[in-house]
Order: sequence, then C-alpha cells, then structure tokens
Amino acid sequence: MKSFRGFVLKEFLHIFRDRRTAAILFGMPMLQLLLFGYAIRNEISEVKLGICDLSHDQATRAITSKLLSSGTFSAKRNLRSPEEIGPAFASGEMNEAVVFEPGFAARLQRDGFCDLQVITDGSDPNVSRIITGYTASVIQDYLGEQYAPFSAPGVVPVPVMLFNPALRSVYLFVPGLMALILMLVSALMTSISITREKEIGTMEVLLVSSLRPTEIILGKVAPYMLLAFINVLTVLALAFMVFGVPCRGSLPLLILESLLFILTALSLGIFISTITASQQAAMMISLGGLLLPTILLSGFIFPVASMPLPLQVFSNIIPAKWYLIIVRAIMLKGADFSYLWQETLVLVLMTVLLMAASIRKFSERLQ
Amino acid sequence: MIAPSAVRIAEVGKSFGAVKALGRVDLDIPQGELFGCIGADGAGKTTLFRIICTLLLPDRGRAEVLGFDSVSDFREIRRRLGYMPGRFSLYQDLSVEENLRFFAAVFGTTVGENYDLIKDIYSQLEPFRERRAGKLSGGMKQKLALCCALVHRPELLVLDEPTTGVDAVSRREFWQMLKRLKAEGITILVSTPYMDEAVLCDRIAFLQKGSVLGVDTPCGITGLFTRPLYAVRARQKYRLITALRRYPHAASAYAFGGSVHYSDKRPAADLRDLLAWLDASGLEDAGITQIEPGIEDAFMALMELQGETGTEGADG
Amino acid sequence: MAEAVIHTENLTRKFGAFTAVDAISFSIGRGEIFGFLGANGAGKTTAMKMLTGLLRPTSGSASVAGFDVRSEPEKIKQNIGYMSQRFSLYEDLSPKENIRFWGGIYGLDRKTLREKSARLLEALDLQEAADTRLSSLPLGWKQKLAFSVAQLHEPKIVFLDEPTGGVDPVTRRRFWDMIYETADNGITVFVTTHYMDEAEYCDRISIMVDGRMAAIGTPDALKDEFGVSSIDDLFIRLVRPTPIE
Repeated sequence: MKSFRGFVLKEFLHIFRDRRTAAILFGMPMLQLLLFGYAIRNEISEVKLGICDLSHDQATRAITSKLLSSGTFSAKRNLRSPEEIGPAFASGEMNEAVVFEPGFAARLQRDGFCDLQVITDGSDPNVSRIITGYTASVIQDYLGEQYAPFSAPGVVPVPVMLFNPALRSVYLFVPGLMALILMLVSALMTSISITREKEIGTMEVLLVSSLRPTEIILGKVAPYMLLAFINVLTVLALAFMVFGVPCRGSLPLLILESLLFILTALSLGIFISTITASQQAAMMISLGGLLLPTILLSGFIFPVASMPLPLQVFSNIIPAKWYLIIVRAIMLKGADFSYLWQETLVLVLMTVLLMAASIRKFSERLQ
Repeated sequence: MIAPSAVRIAEVGKSFGAVKALGRVDLDIPQGELFGCIGADGAGKTTLFRIICTLLLPDRGRAEVLGFDSVSDFREIRRRLGYMPGRFSLYQDLSVEENLRFFAAVFGTTVGENYDLIKDIYSQLEPFRERRAGKLSGGMKQKLALCCALVHRPELLVLDEPTTGVDAVSRREFWQMLKRLKAEGITILVSTPYMDEAVLCDRIAFLQKGSVLGVDTPCGITGLFTRPLYAVRARQKYRLITALRRYPHAASAYAFGGSVHYSDKRPAADLRDLLAWLDASGLEDAGITQIEPGIEDAFMALMELQGETGTEGADG
Repeated sequence: MAEAVIHTENLTRKFGAFTAVDAISFSIGRGEIFGFLGANGAGKTTAMKMLTGLLRPTSGSASVAGFDVRSEPEKIKQNIGYMSQRFSLYEDLSPKENIRFWGGIYGLDRKTLREKSARLLEALDLQEAADTRLSSLPLGWKQKLAFSVAQLHEPKIVFLDEPTGGVDPVTRRRFWDMIYETADNGITVFVTTHYMDEAEYCDRISIMVDGRMAAIGTPDALKDEFGVSSIDDLFIRLVRPTPIE
C-alpha cells in the first residue's frame, strides 16, 4: 500500500512539473467547452434574403415586410427574374430567395391558395432546412393574422433546395473532408518531418552543409505536395463515384485551388516546425491547434454565420474556411473564378506570409 | 613562413541562460594538426565545437576558422568543413549507400569524386552497403558517419565524441584511421572523454566546466605534473587507498588500475617511512615504484589546481 | 566460495535462433566486487536482465541472493539494488522526493525512511540541494545519490550498469570509493563498465564474447594467463574485431 501511495504521489508531481501536460489537462477541456459551446449553433442568426416579386401587390408587400421585420431576414437584393437566383447564390451574397408568382394576391383571393417559391442554398443542407422552416413559420403567421382560422387559404411554401435538392448531407461533408484530409497530411506531416531531424541530430549536419534554408524547406515540402495532390484526386474520384457528389464547375479550377490550399497547409506545417523543437510538441500543436479549430470553425459542419462575432472574425484566419467556400462554390454551385478571386487571394496571401515567416524563422544556427 | 592557423579562438565565452557553458577559451590550432579536446560531460566540448562549426554564436570573443570569421563568413566555413556531431547523426532508415550518396549530393559532389579519401574506411562497410544504418553496430555507424563527413574532402574535420558508445577495438581502429587522414593534410579536431585516446593526438586541451585547464602536447602536458609520482601496489586496494590518504604527508592518492598513484606534499617522498606506515596499517605486501605521470594524472592535478576536486559542481 | 551470493550454471537465453547468452557458469561471493565486461552486443545486458529477474532464462539455472531466477524473480527484485547509467532517478523530482519515492517502493516504513533520508543527505553533502530538481545538479552528484538510493533497503547485492559514464576522472574515483566502502560492508557489487582501468579495481572480472564467458578470474591472474600487461590489451585480445556484424 505504501509503495502504491508513493507511486501515485510521484505521478502527481510529474504532472504538475511538466507544464505542457498541465496545460493540456486543464486548459484544453475549458477551451474545448467554450469553443464547442459557442460554435455549435443550430439557430441561424441572419438569413441573406433575395426577393423576386413578380406580382407587386398588397399581399406580397405585406409578406415581404413581415419577413424583413422579423429580425432574422435581411434584404440583400431585389431580383427581377428567377434567372438571377443561381448566380446570386453562387457568389454567396444570398442564401435564400423568395419568389412570388405573378398575380399573387388575386389568386389567393380567387382560388384560396397560391404558390410561393422558397429557394435556399442546398450546399449546406442543415442551413437550408432551418431557413425553410423560419420562412414557413413567418408565412403562417401572416396568414393567421389576415384570415380567420380554418378559413385560411393555403399558402404552401414550396421549398426548393438549390444545388442539393435531396438535401444530401454528403454534399456538405465531402468538401469539408477534403479540407481536413489535406490539412492533416500537409501540416501534420511536414511539421513532424522537420522536428524529427532536429531530434535525431541530422539537422545539425544539414545546417553545416552548403544547403540553404530555402532549399531545405522546399525539399521537405515537395514530396508532401505530390502526395497531397494524389490524395485530392483520390478523394474527388471517390466522392464522385461512390457518393455521387457532382462537380458542376470547372474541374481544373478545383484542382488548382486545391493545390493552392495544399501549399497553404504545407507552409503552416513548416511554420509550426520552426517554432517547436520536438516531434511531440509539433504533433500537439498540429492536432490541437489546427485540426480542432478547422473542424469547428471553418464551416465544415457548423455554419460560421451563426457563431458569435468574435469567433466569426477568428474563423477568417483559418485557411480551411476559405477553401471550403471555394470548393462548395465550384463543386455544388458551378461558380467560376470571377466569383472566387477574393477567397483565392486570401489563400495566396496566407501562403506567402507563412512561407516568408518560416524562411526567416528557420535558423541557420542551432540557437 | 608560418602556416596560417586552421582554427583560432580568442576569448570565446557562451552561456545558455543561467548556465555558463564556456567561460573563456583561447585556442590556436595550426593546419594539419590532430587536436584533441579532453573533458567530461558538461565540460563545454560540444558547445565549443558548435561555435567552431558556426552553429552557435559566441557571446563574447571571436572564432576564426580556416581564415574566415565564424559569424560573418559562416557560409565559407561550412563549405570546407566536415562535421560529425555526437550520436552519429545518420538517417537510420536509409541504407549505408543511400546515406553516403545523400551527403555527397548535399555538398554538391559525388561519392566517386573523393572516393580515394574514404576508400580505406568504406571498404569495411561495403559488404553492408544495403543495410539500414539503424541496424549497424556502434563501430560501423561511426565509420559511416566519418565517411559522410569526409565525402566532400573538407579542410577541417570536427568530430564530437566519435568514440563514445563504441567498443575498445573499434575505438583503436578509428584513431588509426584519423592518423591516416592527418597524413592527407586535413586538420582534425576531436573531442573525447577517454584519457587514453589523448595520447594519440598531436596536442590536447583539457576542458573542465567551460574552462581550458591546459593546452600542450601529450608529453608536454604531463610535464605540468611537477611533483614526483609513485605507483603503490598492494593486494587490498581499498585499504591501501585509505591508508595512503591518512598518511600525513599525502598530497593525493588515486586508484589507477592495478596500483594507486600517490604524490607527496614534500619535494621527494620518504619511501621507507611510507612503507613503514603502510605496514603498520596491515599492508605488509605494499610495493612502491616511481613512475612518469600520464595524461590522466596531469588532468586530475590540473583539476586540483583549479579547486575542482573538493567542491564538485559548485556552480551546478 | 563460502556462500555464493550469485550462482549460475549453464545459464542460457535464446531469442528465436539467436543465442544471446550461451551457457555461462560462475559464482560470486559475499562482499565481492565483480566486474562484468564485454563488447556491446556480447550478451552482458541480457545476462544482467536474467540475474535481476527481468528476463526468464531459456535453459540453465541461476540463483541470486539465495532465490531462484526462474521461480522467485519477485523475491530477487526485493533483495537487490539496481542502478544504470541510462536511468536511475527522476530528473524532475528533488533528491528528497526521489529518496521518499524509492524508499516507499522498497517498502520502508516512514520512520526508517526519514532517518535514512537524513543520514544519506548528510553523507552525500546534499542537504542544501535536497529540494532542488535533480536536473539542475551535476552528473557526479546524481550518480552518487542513485547509488545510495539503490541501497535504501539494504540489499545483499547491488547491480551497477555502467555507472560512471561521462564523468570526470576525479568524480569517477570518488564513486569507486563508494563502491569499495559498500563491498567492505559485506555487500556484493556486480558492475559493468567500459573503462578498462576500472576493471582492475574489481576483485574478479569476467569478459563475455559472443554470449560465452571467454575469461573469468582476478585481473592479475588473467593478465598472467594471457600474457598481457593491461586489461585493455586483454580485452582486445579476446574481443577480436568481428567483420560479421
């Protein structure tokens, strides 16, 4: 019993004396709870609404103003015709469109029912469902106010999930998985690769050779670039063949953007390796510091728009967030480069910054 | 004309936070010399070597290697340098051949170009050239690491404890290889904790806790031991050591293999008196002969002079 | 030998087709300092693991402190002390904490432990450093502390695995002073080392080559027998350079 007690005491001492372990044991759970708590939302705080009013009558105006005054919907565009809807979604400026058929109020009076099209961006099925639900409830409210119960005509919103009519969640996940896999392979693997050389001591010999830091870094990056690229092709092929996820946009563009993202992730991995000395530390930073935020804050599963503002701002520095926008736009919405140049530019800037910082931080000496 | 120095260290000091790795080091190593740094762990050998190899910046002083300043012209030095850090530093999962080819490529040369330099050593490795470096014995790893350091024909070879963890036979062979390399005109800087290897160098420096206790040829450095030295033998070694230390005129008494090396406080010991003392202590079979001091005797005497023997690690 | 503290007969250990230890037989008596030498890979570590109850022999027999290595390994572990170069004490604990921990493991009661701790710290002149982390103490101090901690439970035998690696020559000899004192108190010391001059400090030595015991005896007797003047030469004579790795 005495030896057991002594042993337990020793373990406590080890834990408290190793600051890294203590940080993980106490810091991580709190951090995760806060992140999860704030990030996981099933409400939508803001819906970007486009109105296509082909009727312009009292009923449509009343419904429109009711939608807009509910606080959840904000008017982004007045659409002149339904054809404008697709591109507007592709550019990401709207995620819902409401189309009133011509002669809306008249038909409602005469027939007792009419059609209201509710079109949402199906590339995120969760959001779609929620938005449709909101819209339907607002419309029901309106009807309830205007007409006595049981005599109410039906205004049945016909929801259309654009890009993803069947609301298949795999459309949501595949782009996210691509980002995750590429991030994992690129960042984790490169960060371990460099710190491993530091640990076994070969880095000393490499430094003393005539190799420049740039050569060493690029030499580390190149094979992983190739491997990650093969990964992209494999994932895309599987997504298409097994899950039926389409690529409605340009495939070459998708591949190029993926290569860019790989480069960003690789630079991130290199940067991590320049600030850590051990493989263990590199792994922990990669896993805890990269993968977890990527899953939670990139819009992979939980919509960024519904997170509190600080987290939304923070999510902007997560490369995967930008990549997801790009991939979903290309694969599901058929967007072309003109819609995506801003997001692409962000990734390019991130890559350049990280690479430059890495080359600077990569010391030519051991100190 | 005096040949320029291969390595010139002037007033170099280096600390890592609160730990003083090197206090103040001055060294001048001419070209073509086989120079040994002798000292225990923590003496500062690795730190000094890393400064010479331009991997660390000295806090104070200046290091000039092959005529170039180690801080401003480090790239010139690295081109002409062959470095073998401790722990062999090879790629364990690459084969013997792959390791060698890699290091040759990294230096912009090929294995064939300077093959004559490493031929003698590599021929012993040839039968295993496809074996993973991780699966070699200590002695073989050492030889491979040496080949990788030589493959680009460096002017200066810096070897940090190349014989640690290697059996006695391989250690001897290694030093023979170094002597042959010296004949090729390469300046060689070696560190080792083994005193018996010091004898094989042209000159040696004793390092202890970041300071140089002395620099000289192996013969010369034993000359620092000024008192006469005696080897005392008896069958009961422990009793002998304690008896000698209790002797009122004893200056030092240290076990040395089969005998105890004894030095007296007086200019010359009174051997008869000493024998009588030992006899009275129950060591009737004691025998005393005067001997020439060796490297280890000199090292320990120098440690004593620095006040190192009583207070082990006063500064941690 | 009056009472053999360690006794082996044809002790063998195979790993598949490879024979690491090949039928070694020897006896070590009380209070003897026994030097166990051999090149890397000669089987020293495997043999020591069998003697300390960590590895079961494939064949042959051995008894340590009166207990059989095959049937009573736990008893052996309780009756021996062990110290190795690679690990001895916890670096992030203080000397006092290390003593308390290992004392607890060895089953010492609190009062005895307190007394021994105080005595030990005084004897090693560690009182001022008793609460500092081991990692900030010099190597020589750590080694001496490890040696003392290995004897907290007053074992009959102490196994030392290359205990003096990397220290300066003076500290090395001070360590051997401690070994001599220990042996003088009737405790057997079983030590392996790469320093050939330390081999001469031992009462008897053995040299293992390729799993077999190539030589065993007092240093002087062996030097005579093989006609060499130092143990170093003896070692080289026996451990021929092996081209087969």
